[in-house]
Amino acid sequence: MPQEMLLIAIVMLPFVGSCLAALLQSNARNAETWLAGATALTCLVLVSTAFPAIAAGGIIRNKIEWLPEFGLDFTLRVDGFAWMFAVLITGIGFLVVLYARYYMSPTDPVPRFFSFLLAFMGAMLGIVLSGNLIQLVFFWELTSLFSFLLIGYWHQNAPARDGARMALTVTSAGGLCLFAGVLLVGHIVGTYDLDRVLASGHLIRSHHLYIPTLLLVLLGALTKSAQFPFHFWLPHAMAAPTPVSAYLHSATMVKAGVFLLIRLWPALGGTDEWLWLVGSAGLITFILGAYIAIFQQDLKGLLAYSTISHLGLITLLIGLDAPLGIVAAIFHILNHATFKASLFMAAGIIDHESGTRDIRRLSGLWRFMPVTATLAMVAAAAMAGVPLLNGFLSKEMFFAETIETHNGSLLDDALPYIVTLASTCTVAYSLRFIRDVFFGPPPTGLPRTPHEPPRWMRFPVELLVLACLVVGIIPSMTVGPALDAAVRAVLGGDTPEYSLAIWHGFTPELLMSILAMSGGVALYFALHGYLLSGVEGPPLLRRLNGQRIFERILVFLSWRLARRLENLLGTRRLQPQLRLLVGMALLAGAAPFYAGGFSTGRPVSDIDPGFALVWAVGAACAIGAAHLAKFHRLAALVLLGGAGLVACISFVWLSAPDLALTQLVVETVTTVLLLLGLRWLPKRIPEAGAMGWWTQMLQWHRARDLTLALCAGAAVAALAYAAMTEPVPDRISRFFVENAYTQGGGTNIVNVILVDFRGFDTLGEITVLGVVALTVYALLRRFRPAAESVPLPEQQRIQNAYDDEHPERATGDTIADAMTIPALIMRLMFPVIGVVALFFFLRGHDLPGGGFVAGLTMAVAFILQYMAGGTHWFEARLRILPLRWMGFGLLVAAGTGAAAWLFGRPFLTSYFAYANVPLIGPVPLASVLLFDLGVFSLVVGATVLMLIAIAHQSVRSHRAAPQTRGPRPQPAPRRMEVE
Amino acid sequence: MEIILALGIGTLAGSGVWLILRPRTFQVIIGLSLLSYAINLFILAMGRLRIGAPPVLATRGVGDPLLYADPLPQALVLTAIVISFATTALFLVVLLASRGLTGTDHVDGRERDS
Repeated sequence: MPQEMLLIAIVMLPFVGSCLAALLQSNARNAETWLAGATALTCLVLVSTAFPAIAAGGIIRNKIEWLPEFGLDFTLRVDGFAWMFAVLITGIGFLVVLYARYYMSPTDPVPRFFSFLLAFMGAMLGIVLSGNLIQLVFFWELTSLFSFLLIGYWHQNAPARDGARMALTVTSAGGLCLFAGVLLVGHIVGTYDLDRVLASGHLIRSHHLYIPTLLLVLLGALTKSAQFPFHFWLPHAMAAPTPVSAYLHSATMVKAGVFLLIRLWPALGGTDEWLWLVGSAGLITFILGAYIAIFQQDLKGLLAYSTISHLGLITLLIGLDAPLGIVAAIFHILNHATFKASLFMAAGIIDHESGTRDIRRLSGLWRFMPVTATLAMVAAAAMAGVPLLNGFLSKEMFFAETIETHNGSLLDDALPYIVTLASTCTVAYSLRFIRDVFFGPPPTGLPRTPHEPPRWMRFPVELLVLACLVVGIIPSMTVGPALDAAVRAVLGGDTPEYSLAIWHGFTPELLMSILAMSGGVALYFALHGYLLSGVEGPPLLRRLNGQRIFERILVFLSWRLARRLENLLGTRRLQPQLRLLVGMALLAGAAPFYAGGFSTGRPVSDIDPGFALVWAVGAACAIGAAHLAKFHRLAALVLLGGAGLVACISFVWLSAPDLALTQLVVETVTTVLLLLGLRWLPKRIPEAGAMGWWTQMLQWHRARDLTLALCAGAAVAALAYAAMTEPVPDRISRFFVENAYTQGGGTNIVNVILVDFRGFDTLGEITVLGVVALTVYALLRRFRPAAESVPLPEQQRIQNAYDDEHPERATGDTIADAMTIPALIMRLMFPVIGVVALFFFLRGHDLPGGGFVAGLTMAVAFILQYMAGGTHWFEARLRILPLRWMGFGLLVAAGTGAAAWLFGRPFLTSYFAYANVPLIGPVPLASVLLFDLGVFSLVVGATVLMLIAIAHQSVRSHRAAPQTRGPRPQPAPRRMEVE
Repeated sequence: MEIILALGIGTLAGSGVWLILRPRTFQVIIGLSLLSYAINLFILAMGRLRIGAPPVLATRGVGDPLLYADPLPQALVLTAIVISFATTALFLVVLLASRGLTGTDHVDGRERDS
């Protein structure tokens, strides 16, 4: 396989595996294991094949251009350092998969587990193999996301959910900081390409944005690696299944932070700020983690704090800002991954086979599971730094590095003593892990009798412990070449001389090791009594609870602060919002005139007295409607209709016949709709004798609103006048006038624009109309009228009472009698209006008319039948199904547009021709006629649907009214006959 | 003509603004209708006023823009009329539903504490 393809395969394979794993059956544990194991192993093999190419310091790159103008490429890049990480991720990933096969219970939904695990592996590989910083951040956030899903795998447990949420909040907040930091790096260097960034260290360090960049990047790395003060999420992440913990907290996730620190060290490191920030964060975490770990009563809790502490150690090494420190850090990353993964797995085995992880309840397990006990003891010894194990070697390097002088401060001088003290704690908790669990009297009262785990569940632990031993005894023959490649990839020409020998003679660091070892044993026995007392958590620091602080901050930010801001700046009341909106619109409208001056041109046309008279009526109608809308709704509605009519006349006057037609029918339909609605609005009667201050308040409000309304009206008038009297600039309308016939095949330019030039807009518009109609229908299906509107209206009651008094009359006769002649006319009108609608529809392309007007006209015909016959009569005879009309209309309109594809044209391209029909002559046959048919059909359907939905309520509520009185069996509510 | 139409638009807009600032839902719906008239006329006016020149081509062929009223604002307004019809219908139903649910026709769904 060519090396470029190799990289893509390594990154993509886990994601492909993840998708496949998600598809398997929920009890397919074995199949999942085979799939996931094979994926991980294949990746491992593929990664291994790359070693010869990178061993000598070579770099394999694969760049796929994506948005080169923004410096965004999909770049994969592997050097020695990334290679080492890739081996860790895939290798330990494979072992974890194997282990998880036996750890997960048959009742657990394993596809989810393995799917997330593989995706997480892919994301981690993405981080380490990224050659572009933006891409790195992307994969970084993916790991946050998948770790969230993995930690919360047992989502039925509250601790799992809380732990997952906390991990996500902390690490993805850090990820956002990292993103900002990376953007700054890109801004400084001018590219996100990793190679060029690494080569621009001097440029970045001398830039004035160096400090913010460094802080942001560090926030990302330190949150991910659970460094103080962000360490608190890691112990809570222990609610995850143990294989997840073993994976996340040994080779991946938390290592991503230190990976990034080392990766960017050539670019960002080498300054005092780096030394202080990274160094002190690492030092505090190292001490704090080790100290707290001693006092944990949960095996996984102990390992969690020990992980925090070891990561602190690595961070401290990176922070010391010296090449040898980086060497030691890389070496310790490797060693920590092996012993910590095996320890987590051993803890999981103990939990699995004995039923508890509580150190207070466990003891003497040596007798029950000697092999596992031996393995765990070796791994714990490696963690403590016992000679002949891998932990010893990197710890010696660490001690040696702390002795060196870095910046000569007091802290620097004291560093060897401090780290020896902290290592004492490390030894103490490692010893506690060994002695309290495996030695002592046999355990009593365990949920299960402990025994050795299945053969293959122990195998990963065996392999990892073997690695600890082999690396510890013959380091240069085993890990030497890989470590060398990794170190050279980071340090390049500055790679210092270092020795992997086990014995360096009697050196100060050996003395420190001996001191820490003996001190640790002494500390353990000194604290033994205290620990057995069963107190949870360490003395002195028990009250310092990171989780509680985190939750307080979250509550403050997401609840209290938000509420306070909302109370201060927001309102839930509509009127102030609208007032603000109108006020802002006024200001925004006035601003350009304030800046550029207000001027008007000369009126083009003379005043026509007729037009003036029409508008005098129109203005009176508008003001009257405004005045009466509160207490005289019907009058206001009539006046509104008057204003609408004046608008309609203006359209005719001002050469807009299409608008006038549409306005006229829309006006009719709207009025009918509102009239139907009026019946559900209870009477409003002016209140007499309100309280004094309240009236004053109201008057003040009204005065303010009136001022606002007058200003708005005056402003609109002034704006309209100014615009109308200015000469017309050259417009795009020219195009439409010139091409309406030659390209659109119609002489009615407005119609051609609607159905042809801007057909897509019209398609969207009719869709909106359909959506509105459906919404109206849906809202009304659950309609509950106001209590006082439920009884029959007064007039109907009087009429019915009259009918009831006369035995020869049936209820409803009076109204039927009164409507006899109008009803007859209305029914006769139905076909006439239908013909008019057809006429409008057919002439639309060439003369005023079109689908909209025709559809609305047709709807008016239906409304008239309603008025003539009443709801019952109409619904019994309604044979049109509005939903089908709407569906048909939308399909025809969209289908006409799509048909253009068949001829290789873009969506909604039109076609027209004239057909010579005998007797009638040439008939225009444009494809837009079909489109217009869709519009027509949808408009009819939507309008009728809305009307019958509202009108139907009058039938419903009367039937509902008596039910409130007694427990009569309820008849099944009659469904509206629209479907 | 311009001054009359401008004043007319202003009156419609002012009445509409006054009504949408009122507390009762029915007032708001009437206000929105008045505002939409004002705005439709305003948009039409942006194509300047032409009398007796509807944008319907007299001859089949390339049209002369100087002979006809501006068709573009008319196409926009035609769309606007239909959409404002739809929103009025929707608002009416929301108004009725809210009246039934909350027992008040105040725009906030509850009477102001007085």
